[in-house]
Amino acid sequence: MTKQSMAEPDRTTRRQFLATAGGAALGAVSLVHVGPARATPDTMKAAIRDIVNGAAVRPGKVKLDVPPLVENGNTVPLTVTVTSPMSDADHVVSIHIFNEKNPQPNVGNFYISPRAGRAQISTRIRLADTQTLTAIAKLSDGSFWSATADVVVTLAACTEEAT
Amino acid sequence: MASALINVPSTARRGDIIEIKTLMSHIMETGFRHTVTGEVIPRNIITNFICRYNGDEVFRADLFPAFSANPFISFFTIATESGKFEFQWIGDNGFQETASASITVT
Repeated sequence: MTKQSMAEPDRTTRRQFLATAGGAALGAVSLVHVGPARATPDTMKAAIRDIVNGAAVRPGKVKLDVPPLVENGNTVPLTVTVTSPMSDADHVVSIHIFNEKNPQPNVGNFYISPRAGRAQISTRIRLADTQTLTAIAKLSDGSFWSATADVVVTLAACTEEAT
Repeated sequence: MASALINVPSTARRGDIIEIKTLMSHIMETGFRHTVTGEVIPRNIITNFICRYNGDEVFRADLFPAFSANPFISFFTIATESGKFEFQWIGDNGFQETASASITVT
């Protein structure tokens, strides 16, 4: 046994790695063929359920601007705009952003009021993988509206080793 | 050493919708990274951001590890009266920073 393998006894062999990688690739392919509905990880669904509390989320009113292809997942510019008159009677209460494949499903919650004048927020986020982002807006009448955006990430963030 | 960058228009007309941009320098360590020796680097992030306009809260955000380092947040508000914007960032390990900006509304 070499010194290196003694230091890391559970190091996978090349054969194991290939078998696992092949299995993962097959799994990914079969997921794609499940159906038209996106295979959204359950954690994101659960996080969304926590926010909407059982209410229906309808697509529309929300615009999620994010580059379709990002080189560096450490800083991805993102803008959420909600179509709303922002009057006392009809305004956006909060905007929530979710992701599927980061370690945590939440990205951010933003709380605004009619005093905002415009229901729009911008920020910069981290993405650990190529995935779909979801933005949900809560309106003053209690309804929820959503938009999604697909992002391809070439350099992942969040989980890399610190140097 | 923590410092904030704030961009608020110095003057506005009453009723104008103005954009406020904020950036706070912070590492935003996710708590999901490991050192080369395999230890988890503990989470150290900003968790809350609040903006007050002459004492009234006009914007608030909950931040998660998915925020980039040096979190940038921009949002809008209606210029109602001359006065002061106060910004507050609260985070892990007792992190607390404030900044302010003045506006003249005509």
